[in-house]
Amino acid sequence: MASIADIAAAADLLPITSVAIEGESDLLRVRSTTRAYARQAGLGVTGTTKVVTAASELARNILRHATGGKGVATVREAASGQRRGVQAVFTDNGPGIADLDAAMRSGFSTAGSLGLGLPGSRRLVDEFAIDSAPGSGTRVAICQWDR
Amino acid sequence: MRMGRDLLVTLQGDLDDVRVESVERLVASEVARTGAHGALIDVSGVDVVDSFVAQVLARLVRMVRLLGAEAAIVGIRPAVAITLVGLGSSMPGVSTALNAEQGMARLRRMRADGSVRIDHGKHC
Repeated sequence: MASIADIAAAADLLPITSVAIEGESDLLRVRSTTRAYARQAGLGVTGTTKVVTAASELARNILRHATGGKGVATVREAASGQRRGVQAVFTDNGPGIADLDAAMRSGFSTAGSLGLGLPGSRRLVDEFAIDSAPGSGTRVAICQWDR
Repeated sequence: MRMGRDLLVTLQGDLDDVRVESVERLVASEVARTGAHGALIDVSGVDVVDSFVAQVLARLVRMVRLLGAEAAIVGIRPAVAITLVGLGSSMPGVSTALNAEQGMARLRRMRADGSVRIDHGKHC
């Protein structure tokens, strides 16, 4: 799996939008922001729907798991060679994830949810990276390219 | 919207959690109140269905069945279907149809196959 640094390095960093995630209404803002960047990067309907859905899952993870349900999504346009794309990074200062391998397996959940969020999001995007340790929060980066 | 003895519920735009759960309660209470035989949930105007929304829709279909009616989700967009399968949230056991018209036909077939036969006449 690519590291967050790899995903950030591959991106020519174009203007950034940060969306605070503090309540359910912020899910809609994360979706609409991700959709706007995906359109701007020229992604097709399927690629856009996948990345917007992944962003929704990851934002919801923050609401459910982070301390006080708070975090931030940072969305930007990415470019690599001829490719353009959308990159989104989800950061929280929550309890962190002790067992990342388990958290990445479908059906694993500590919150009584379906446990689809992390592994499902990973399957929807071209690039996915996660950094987390107990006590130091969680950071997830995703990237979807136009080709 | 009421069509004969069936309810057609149209969802549109970006669904937040509160809205989708309020639709769930509304449909269940409308089915009970009107004695509808079937409910179609049209999601052709919805461009993102994440695992939570999919979970609530599937729960709604089960709830309507418990009330003795049939329910189906209709009009899932191709990109949404591809995404739901990728997500691993493909709503197993939930009846679906391409559009409202085929959904109506499906509700009629489900009733014809069921142990209780209902002569419901024309819908449209």
